[in-house]
Amino acid sequence: MSLERLLQDELIVATAGVEILEQALIDQATTIAAADWSPPAAGTEGALATLAAAGRTEAANATAIERMLAVRPQFVDVGVARDIIPGMTDTMFLHAGPPLTWDRSSGPIKGAIIGALLYEGMAATAEEAEEISAGGGITMSPCHHHQTVGPMAGIVSPSMPVAVVRDAGGDGVAYSTLNEGLGKVLRYGAYGPEVIERLHWMGNILGPVVAATLEYVGPIDLQSLIAQALQMGDDGHNRNRAATSLLLRSLGPGLVENESVPLADRGTVFRFIESNDHFMLNLVMAAGKLAVDAAAGVEGSSLVTTMARNGTDFGIRLSGTGDRWFTAPAPIVDGLFLGAFTKADANPDIGDSAITETVGLGGFAMAASPAIVGFVGGTASGAVRRTQEMYEITLAEHSAYQIPQLEFRGTPVGIDATLVVRTGVQPQINTGIAHKDPGIGMVGAGLVKAPMQCFAEAVVALADTMQ
Amino acid sequence: MIDRITVHPGRYHDSVRLMQASQVLRTAAGVEEALVAMGTELNLTLLEDLHFDPEQLVGVGPNDLIVAVRAVDEAALATTDHILEEALAAKRGSSEPTDSPPAHLVETAAATIDANLALISIPGRYAFVEAMAALRAGLHVMVFSDNVSIEHEILLKEEAARRDLLIMGPDCGTSIVGGVGLGFANAVRPGSVSLVGASGTGIQQLTCLLDDAGVGIRHAWGTGSRDLSEAVGGSSTLRGLAALDADPATDVIVVVSKPPATAVATAVRTAASRCSTPVVIAFMEPGSTLEGAAGAVLSLLGREPAAFTIWPAGSGDHRPGVLRGLFSGGTLRDEARFIIEPVIGPLSLTETTEGSSLVDYGDDVYTEGRAHPMIDQTVRLERLESTVTNTSIGVVLLDVVLGYGANPDPAVELAPIIRILSGAGIAVVATLCGSKGDPQGLDYQAGLLQKAGAAVFLSNAAAATRAAELVGGEA
Repeated sequence: MSLERLLQDELIVATAGVEILEQALIDQATTIAAADWSPPAAGTEGALATLAAAGRTEAANATAIERMLAVRPQFVDVGVARDIIPGMTDTMFLHAGPPLTWDRSSGPIKGAIIGALLYEGMAATAEEAEEISAGGGITMSPCHHHQTVGPMAGIVSPSMPVAVVRDAGGDGVAYSTLNEGLGKVLRYGAYGPEVIERLHWMGNILGPVVAATLEYVGPIDLQSLIAQALQMGDDGHNRNRAATSLLLRSLGPGLVENESVPLADRGTVFRFIESNDHFMLNLVMAAGKLAVDAAAGVEGSSLVTTMARNGTDFGIRLSGTGDRWFTAPAPIVDGLFLGAFTKADANPDIGDSAITETVGLGGFAMAASPAIVGFVGGTASGAVRRTQEMYEITLAEHSAYQIPQLEFRGTPVGIDATLVVRTGVQPQINTGIAHKDPGIGMVGAGLVKAPMQCFAEAVVALADTMQ
Repeated sequence: MIDRITVHPGRYHDSVRLMQASQVLRTAAGVEEALVAMGTELNLTLLEDLHFDPEQLVGVGPNDLIVAVRAVDEAALATTDHILEEALAAKRGSSEPTDSPPAHLVETAAATIDANLALISIPGRYAFVEAMAALRAGLHVMVFSDNVSIEHEILLKEEAARRDLLIMGPDCGTSIVGGVGLGFANAVRPGSVSLVGASGTGIQQLTCLLDDAGVGIRHAWGTGSRDLSEAVGGSSTLRGLAALDADPATDVIVVVSKPPATAVATAVRTAASRCSTPVVIAFMEPGSTLEGAAGAVLSLLGREPAAFTIWPAGSGDHRPGVLRGLFSGGTLRDEARFIIEPVIGPLSLTETTEGSSLVDYGDDVYTEGRAHPMIDQTVRLERLESTVTNTSIGVVLLDVVLGYGANPDPAVELAPIIRILSGAGIAVVATLCGSKGDPQGLDYQAGLLQKAGAAVFLSNAAAATRAAELVGGEA
């Protein structure tokens, strides 16, 4: 669109600001589109000007998003956390979200750590587990610092089986826990006997059987499964029914034919995955972790590489600001509640699962998932709208993840923190809701928006790197 | 309390719909507790936790829909059937509009219609970021906003040059691009004369004079008031000049500006002399008028000199006294000053109680917290009223600017006070900067002013000359 072209072309105008100037153009029968402009998030005005003046963000973001989209995640193995997760120790307990201490931990985190201590045999009772944790007997560390992600409390203890997801196009590796199912489960802070018993079964049977099955069927291309699942009504966060079914189909030949595994175990593993619509969620998350880690560390980039919550704080990280977290109090999820539970029972937002939104799934792919539109008040068009809003704060449209309802447009992917503060549009997250007290579990699911404060602070910090 | 559990084998609804239905039921009159759910293990446990009878749930599986309700009596229970069916029924005809959500940023709005230009008139402190984003999105940009720092103006102009894009402003009030008026612009006829200028009202006056003489306009690119300062160095003016020179449909180019920095003036003159298209330079210095620039254009086009339209006042004596000039356009005020001062001596450029003055009410001092006097005449009307009682005043000089963006009917607001002034013996002279195509109606506006007693001139120089004569004649 050169200056020379302007001399000849019909003028088509986008406006921001005074309404009478828009009206004047309409009166002249000129095609216009008026932006619904409002001032940027408080405190970001100077930082935005610094970034605009420096002019380095655009190229940095192009590099970062290209790296994010180039990742080819494959589910290759299941191993034991202490053996494979970088930096893991015998007393380390990984958790979701930004860094956290025991005394600031919410109910679900405490409950899940208690459960993990019981599972590890490091404590005999919940009371003892609490004493150990409060007395500094364990090291807490964010999953995100260890190439790992975990939904809800996201607790990973040394003996737990973890999924291994590798980049077929590079040397990246990411890890996640295996999904336990819904209801009274560790990740929602429950630690009753049935929870611990299930964890043992997962460590003794599920992990090894899935590992053996993967060896039999070969690596499973997760991006392909997720892409198909979006066209079958999943959003990749709150609905994973299609993706789990596709995964089970991929594992199927191994579960049926691989006689090196006892038939009974193959059967229970099949039933376990079959009965848990969310089994695939953790793998989608590990695939996402692979993508964001590939995009991290690009100087000057305002690409959001992490959105994660620990039940107390909501935290984000940018590609251009290194390992620094920008946090705000975790918001309460607006949602629908199971049984007699209400909003008063809800813990603030929790989990690494917002990694899905960070890579263009979940709330960003909601248009693909009419089955979960109830969370937005009941209409499919409302879900479409929420996804459409995300295009204004993202850098690209996903090359593989497409939305049939939007004429197979790629999902909005790669949140640009500067666009978030300029538009005032907060990233939309679809998520589960944990009970605020330890030991209870899941109480509902719903929608939450990432707090603006995180993005505002991150943009200011990014601008500081320009000086 | 009565519990009722109904099982519908094989009936399926997604869990979200069922959670909603449960909520609706729970809030129904007489209902104590309700759960509508598929018979999964989790839901069966929930029902037990709610103390529904597990005996009734034996054999129920994940493909069965369970409706469990606890109500105060049978009547309340009975109403729940209808409520539930309604809650589970597909919503019809209630869908939200599916069109795209509104764009918040100008570059996003541009993408929806494949726009080629962004017009930015947000508060100045935010304008740099938005204008830069628009340039980086490949858009030509007009920044109407003022209060953008000169450092940011320079960055915007450098970025535009790198991307071969046009940047008009910051503080660009008037432009015409391909016949479309942006900001304050007059509806002048299309033609082959193009302007580039750092003066909004200068562009408006010149395009209106040419229109009056039957000459049309192709482009009129405002550059922003500081473009010809030493710091900015005439970036937009020089690039505009080069682009218009390369435009085969432009026969004459006019550069119009307040007096530029000396070095910049030289650069502009040098660039103009190298153009293959004839260039008229109209720097608004003493001795140069917009009428003169219009005459030079007419001459280059091989046309006869024009007599610009006048709507004369009725003959009548006016009382002797000093001059009050109340302007809304800065360039028009300056032009009047250069014409009047040689006749009657130095003028005050700020409000004064004694002696003659010419005040620009478009200046920041008078516009803080209110719209420009081209839109909102309140301040000027107040000052005009106070003139009546000031017996030292003999002549009032005004500009009335028409066109897109301007006050929809300025003469109607001015006519009553002009009538009072004329009645009191004060001579009223008005510049009417407008074209026949303007939405306010040129002749209609002129007629109202004239009937109220004003002498109305299309040319500001002519109006100033007349005002000087009237004051000078009494001197």
